[in-house]
Amino acid sequence: MPQYANIAVSILFDGLAYAMFLFITSVGLSVTMGLMNFVNLAHGAFAMIGGYVVVSLTRSYGVGFVPSLIIAAVLVALISVRFERRLYRRFYRATDLEQVLLTIGLAFMAIATFTYFYGPIPKSVPLPDWLQGSVNLGFRSFPAYRVFMIAVGAALIAVLWYGFERTNVGAMVRAAVDNRRMAESIGINVDRLFTLTFALGSGLAALGGGLAIQLLGLNPNFALLYLVLFLIVVAVGGLGSLKGTLLAALVLGIIDTGGKYLLADAGGFFIYAVTVIVLLLKPAGFYGRE
Amino acid sequence: MTAAALEVRGLNRNFGALKVTRDVDLTLERGARRALIGPNGAGKTTLVNLITGLLNPSSGKVVLGGQDITALSQAQRARRGIARTFQINQLFRGLTVLENLCLAVGERDGHCNNLWRATGARRVVIDEALDYLAALRIVDDALKLVRELPYGRQRLVEIAIALAQKPRVLLLDEPAAGVPSSETHLILDVVANLDPDIAILIIEHDMDVVFRFARKITVLVAGAIFTEGTPQEIMANEQVRAVYLGQEGHRVGGGVRHG
Amino acid sequence: MAASEKSRELAATGARERAAGYLVGRHRFRPAEALPWLLAIAAFFLFPDRMTFGNQALIMVMFALSLDLILGYAGIVSLGHAAFFGVGAYTVGLLIARLDWSEPLSSLLAAAMLSGLIGFVTGWFILRYRGLTVIMLTLATAIMLQEAGNLRSDISGGYDGLPGLVISPLFGIFDYDLYGHVNYLYVLGVLAVIFYMVRRIVYSPFGQALTGIRENVRRMHAIGSPVHRRLVTVYTISAAIAGVAGALFTQTNAYVTLTVFDFDNSAKVMVMLILGGTGRLYGAFIGAVVYMMLEDHLSKLSPTFWQFGIGLLLILAVLFAPRGLLGLVEEISRKSWRRGRAGAARRLIWKGEHWTVLAGSAVDGAAIGFIVGFAANFGQAHLLSEYIASLPGRALAFTCFGALVATAINAIYLAFTSRAAAEDRGS
Repeated sequence: MPQYANIAVSILFDGLAYAMFLFITSVGLSVTMGLMNFVNLAHGAFAMIGGYVVVSLTRSYGVGFVPSLIIAAVLVALISVRFERRLYRRFYRATDLEQVLLTIGLAFMAIATFTYFYGPIPKSVPLPDWLQGSVNLGFRSFPAYRVFMIAVGAALIAVLWYGFERTNVGAMVRAAVDNRRMAESIGINVDRLFTLTFALGSGLAALGGGLAIQLLGLNPNFALLYLVLFLIVVAVGGLGSLKGTLLAALVLGIIDTGGKYLLADAGGFFIYAVTVIVLLLKPAGFYGRE
Repeated sequence: MTAAALEVRGLNRNFGALKVTRDVDLTLERGARRALIGPNGAGKTTLVNLITGLLNPSSGKVVLGGQDITALSQAQRARRGIARTFQINQLFRGLTVLENLCLAVGERDGHCNNLWRATGARRVVIDEALDYLAALRIVDDALKLVRELPYGRQRLVEIAIALAQKPRVLLLDEPAAGVPSSETHLILDVVANLDPDIAILIIEHDMDVVFRFARKITVLVAGAIFTEGTPQEIMANEQVRAVYLGQEGHRVGGGVRHG
Repeated sequence: MAASEKSRELAATGARERAAGYLVGRHRFRPAEALPWLLAIAAFFLFPDRMTFGNQALIMVMFALSLDLILGYAGIVSLGHAAFFGVGAYTVGLLIARLDWSEPLSSLLAAAMLSGLIGFVTGWFILRYRGLTVIMLTLATAIMLQEAGNLRSDISGGYDGLPGLVISPLFGIFDYDLYGHVNYLYVLGVLAVIFYMVRRIVYSPFGQALTGIRENVRRMHAIGSPVHRRLVTVYTISAAIAGVAGALFTQTNAYVTLTVFDFDNSAKVMVMLILGGTGRLYGAFIGAVVYMMLEDHLSKLSPTFWQFGIGLLLILAVLFAPRGLLGLVEEISRKSWRRGRAGAARRLIWKGEHWTVLAGSAVDGAAIGFIVGFAANFGQAHLLSEYIASLPGRALAFTCFGALVATAINAIYLAFTSRAAAEDRGS
């Protein structure tokens, strides 16, 4: 295979794996922001907590990697429900600024707490044998872990798509995102719906955080470092849109990976440039309501 | 021949497949006293939003004093003399009543372009603002924050702001809605005593008010103009009764006696 | 009849005069306003060995003041205000390092103009939108500038920065001493000039229009205000001031690195402003100084606790003092004037539902404490059974602690909200 084609395939493949991480972590944020217009800057903290639960479970309690991911997702989902019920709920009608302050405060506290217990040094996670090494897909071999991430991402997209487009609950969520007051007047309990999606979104964020350890490393600053990326994916994709989030994750994931491959110095410049251009052309994002 | 104060020609507005405003033609002469009535969801507020520029029409044009203003923004239209009140109060809730009025006067006369001279240094502006409050008898509330006032009082501030713009065309979207009946007469008296040169369009559900105030009535049904005429003609119109007035026939009757 | 008419008229003029008098006198300087400046001068004589800290505090006051102009008055939520601080800082740094231009005052002017220009251009695009889009785009502005600097690290010096920047003596006479004495007076002087300008703007009709935009942008459009122009104007001014603050930062520290563009810097200035109180000028003073003093003491003690503390502070501020320390002081003094002790007893009678909320929060706190304790056992227990066996120790303590903290926070919150509700009913 020629050199440039090889690089192109690598960019596409790594970009795809990265995009899956972005999608899994951001999709919950998108739906909850679309439903309640709630600016949740603590979303990254849920991903970070998920990552540390996985680290603790695998390292200290000897649980396998995949079961740890599932436990982390469920655990964080449960915790997030209580947060939503006790704290967030009071701020749905608050101003953007108050929501920003509250959730940034939570993120700071989470970072400090986890720095205290785990230290600032990045953690890694022991992987089972079948996730190490590489997989040969006929024309080329790829790192097994990234193949795994893409597979998980694809499976989740399928499940979410089915849930969102084909089930009753999904229809209710779509209706509520579209027009909250109308949805309420036809008897949809938007509050409960929100708790449910919030839990799901936080659980997925935790899953994303667990999956990202191997790819990006995990330290407590994860909560704010990648939050900006999640927000960008949400804003570019359009609030509350599954399709938009997926598209934005793919575009941004592949562009970022490509930029880093081809122009290492440019760092994150491309991703922000793309964000600014998209938002200037379509302020509501790819699939957002104008 | 002088141009009409406001002319609307072939105005359409669609929300997706839904046609909210359909081929509306409307002319307000100078000093017009017009009522716009119609069942809920007829698109009355949408029409006002199209005239003021809060919404852009899908097609058609809006002409103010002979000048096409369709392409102008809301603020540009306001500066050319269109003022409105909102169906639900849109006020500066965290500011005092007096500051609310000073802002309207200041923006009208371009004082707000001044970054250096203090607001308080212009006594003329403050005095004019107080005049509007005096006209609506709310001088005593001048230093209260708007959010501390009862809703009915806030409604008066809403009207005072519109008046402070010294409009040529004034659009009142249910000015008495939410005001206790003991205070509605205050609002209506003020409206009745406005400068006879101002063209006024009022959206109102209370037929008493409509028949007392309006010299001409426009009936809007499902986004289109259903009919137009003097109060007597509208009252006599069997179709209007069927479509709209029928459900409130007893109130129309009351209006006739008073009128 | 005529007499009562006359007296009513008199009363009406009285009300008019009172109302007008309030606006007419509002912008005049009050004696109390001298206090912060006197304190700043007193600090010069009382703490001659802490001038470096004083410099940083004054610079942050200026930075917070610039944010107050857009956030507190115009209501623009920016998470990227460090962009302009950074542009100002780099203007001075590059002038010295690359062009050998080290005259301080003209450098300040250049910094103000360049950051103002960038504020104008970005603001012109960004301020057409509201809400999340603005937050995102301001954030992206700062990061893009940082990445651009990194891209051309041959010019900017990258994250290693531009060290050893020496500025010329002020007015060609006063040399900057090692202890920052001249510097302190220089920064204080610049701050005074800027503060005077900001104060004039805030009390001008333009400033009033900004509060109008913050309070209700819809109404502003309806009364014919050129909202976009107003916002871009204030954003440009604010950017220029932030640029001056950044320029002073470079001048007093004699170095600059790309970290000035950090999100942390944007977040920090916002925390300061919120802490002091938005939309009230002196909030920037109190917020920045209190924050810097806390940081000075606590972050030396433990950066981790300090970060936790800021987070907690933000949450408490949003829950209990949305108008900052100054707002809190005002509110408390106002309330204690208005109501005596009768109200206090009424406030303490709580409804039954409060107790269920408290019980719920105790359970939540316990659960979170348990999980944290569970996670904290990293490297100590290897099985769930071992963990349960160690319960009486560490984890139990965490559980109790979590329950206690959550209950306490909720109790205070309920006390506040039920009081507010009682007052709503009362009025």
